[in-house]
Amino acid sequence: MSPSPSGSRARLLGAAAVLATVLSASSCSSSGPAKDDANAPATLTVNLFSDFGYADLYKQYEQLHPNITIKESRADMGAHHQNLHAHLLAGSGTADIEAVEIGQVAGFQSQADKFVNFLDNGVDPSQWVPSKTAPASSPDGKVLFGLGTDMGGMALCYRPDLFKAAGLPTNRDQVSAMMADWPAYIAAGKQFLANSPNKNVRWFDSGGNLFSAVIAQAPQGFYDSTGKPVVTQNPAVKDAFDLVAGAIKDGESAGIQAFTPAWDTGFQKSQFATVACPAWMSYEFKTNPPADGGKWDLTRIPGGGGNWGGSYLTVPKSGKHTKAAVDLAKWLTAPDQEAKLFKEKGYFPSDRALWSQPDIADHTEPLFNDAPTGKIFSQSAKDLKPQPLGAHGAEIGTALGNALTAVEQGKADAGTAWKQALGDIANING
Amino acid sequence: MAASVCADRPAPAARAPVAPRRWRRLDRVLSPYLYIAPFFTVFTVFGLFPMLYTGYVSMTRWRADVPGSQGQWAGLENYRRLLDDPYFLNALRNTLGVGVLSTIPQLLLALGLAHLLNYRMRGRAFFRLGVLLPNVTSVAAVTLIFVQLFGRDYGLINWALGLLGVHQIDWQAGTFSSWTAISTIVTWRWTGYNALIYLAAMQAVPFELYEAAAIDGAGRWRQFRSITIPMLRPTILFTVIVSTIGALQLFGEPMLFSQQQDPTTGGSQHQFQTLALYSYNQFWGRFKYGYGAAISWAMFLLIVVIVAANLLAARRLRGIEA
Repeated sequence: MSPSPSGSRARLLGAAAVLATVLSASSCSSSGPAKDDANAPATLTVNLFSDFGYADLYKQYEQLHPNITIKESRADMGAHHQNLHAHLLAGSGTADIEAVEIGQVAGFQSQADKFVNFLDNGVDPSQWVPSKTAPASSPDGKVLFGLGTDMGGMALCYRPDLFKAAGLPTNRDQVSAMMADWPAYIAAGKQFLANSPNKNVRWFDSGGNLFSAVIAQAPQGFYDSTGKPVVTQNPAVKDAFDLVAGAIKDGESAGIQAFTPAWDTGFQKSQFATVACPAWMSYEFKTNPPADGGKWDLTRIPGGGGNWGGSYLTVPKSGKHTKAAVDLAKWLTAPDQEAKLFKEKGYFPSDRALWSQPDIADHTEPLFNDAPTGKIFSQSAKDLKPQPLGAHGAEIGTALGNALTAVEQGKADAGTAWKQALGDIANING
Repeated sequence: MAASVCADRPAPAARAPVAPRRWRRLDRVLSPYLYIAPFFTVFTVFGLFPMLYTGYVSMTRWRADVPGSQGQWAGLENYRRLLDDPYFLNALRNTLGVGVLSTIPQLLLALGLAHLLNYRMRGRAFFRLGVLLPNVTSVAAVTLIFVQLFGRDYGLINWALGLLGVHQIDWQAGTFSSWTAISTIVTWRWTGYNALIYLAAMQAVPFELYEAAAIDGAGRWRQFRSITIPMLRPTILFTVIVSTIGALQLFGEPMLFSQQQDPTTGGSQHQFQTLALYSYNQFWGRFKYGYGAAISWAMFLLIVVIVAANLLAARRLRGIEA
């Protein structure tokens, strides 16, 4: 689960959350000592930044634990993490459980002591691969402050009906073979645009989205392994940027910002033929079926592997019911629940054991024309070469995404946009 | 002694004891302060204290992601940095640009609207209340609707412009187009509010003035120009100042108008990042508490300067007239 779901609603909530922060900043009260009685009635608050698909699981948990009531709130992704930083700083105002996205988690490492350490609460970190637990641990590895929920195993979503009309192959294996890497994918886009009878359909949704998918596959992204930002030194960033900017110049991008109402409309009105899609994005396909009756299919991502998004559940120490919250967080991220979330909601589990479990690995998804999503995402997860993360990874990604938007809007060429992005990135730390 | 004093009184039974009388005097002196105390208490807690504290923070190097930076004294360094921060100057330009684009049409429209509402017509109360409706609707709701209206591919406004042969406009993309769209939202929300203020002032203009002017042969337009406007001058000054302050603090509209992943950047190239958005972006988005606070204070000082200039100009005008 990465950015927020339906942009409009989340924006609205985001604005409300902003106001709430401003208000709560002055009206904080110190929280009482944590109640440790496991059977005392308690209302657990859970703060998320999008729909994690937990509604049914809450009901199940409340039946198992009649003394527990669960209340979930959502804000948009940016506001959610800003609020969490502010509340940790103030020492109050956090919910019992707070979600943290993988692009943001490194920014919380320096505050690891403000979260409950799951290693002291009977959590076995080998439930996940080290690349999932390391970003949610203190630098010395003694504190694990986040339990992995889902991950963004990558795939390429495409519209076979539109492919067929443009004379491209429609079969998953053929599509994947034709677009083994990103240059081949972009070349196929050129072919699509030249031959597609419907000139309103572009090749992909937004340059920023494509960039996220491409850079996710590089061995090193915006940071090196010591946590130093390397955007200017790492050629992979500039290469990915130029690749996407070139495709935009050729008219392959629909220029629609992801996670906005216009993006939803783009899905409904078939404004693009492919989307680089992490597992958590399937909610978008489900809620916005094409109005022309077309269907989406799903195949291996060009270049193979990569991760985009995925989250953690954390329990801040300032919460009112830390003990009960730890129990709930452990239960929500346990293999049984994670498996259920994948089969019913499409969120791919970060529990490594599940990747080889038959009911996951053999899962096919009706939403994507019965594509073997279990196999594709499991393979992508196993192929994942983890990238070093850094404190401002999300902001750096946004700056580069904004620059690509400027290219889409015709306001800058690739060179100017790149300079603009570097200026914005310098202003993050300056 | 006491008895003789008491005997002078006509109704000893109703006589108030000495202490309560003193209390009453005290009451007369103190109670006005008590009545206004709630405002000042609330203002001190939620207005004055945060402002002074922000002023203090603005002179420190405090960054949330740098441990131990809290309370590191920086003096006026943050303010000096503002002067050669291109993002700050850009935000300043955007704020002033959107401010002019929204305040001037808004007040002119409000004046015209108030003039129309001042006529005798059917359903007057309905219309007078109706113009206030956009103002009581939440910024978020209004802005989200306008974002749909200003949509690039399927927006109503582009559709209507298309009928006139105007090519699709990407409202978020351009500097002027985004300013126009945001100004439209502000104007939509505040025109009715200002119109009602003008209307109230118009109704206080003595009717005899219009009558005399009519006898002298002045038409409606002449009456509006030579009687209504001069009589409304103090009210106009008030609305100019209030709208200017509002325009300089513009936040919600540009934030929700943005379609970028991080709405505080104000568009793909900061083309509509206002000062308030930039302050929020630096403070909460980048955790530069000291610097973000300095932007807030710079905004405050800017407002003081602009309002003072307004007042001076108004006084000068009055002087010329006299």
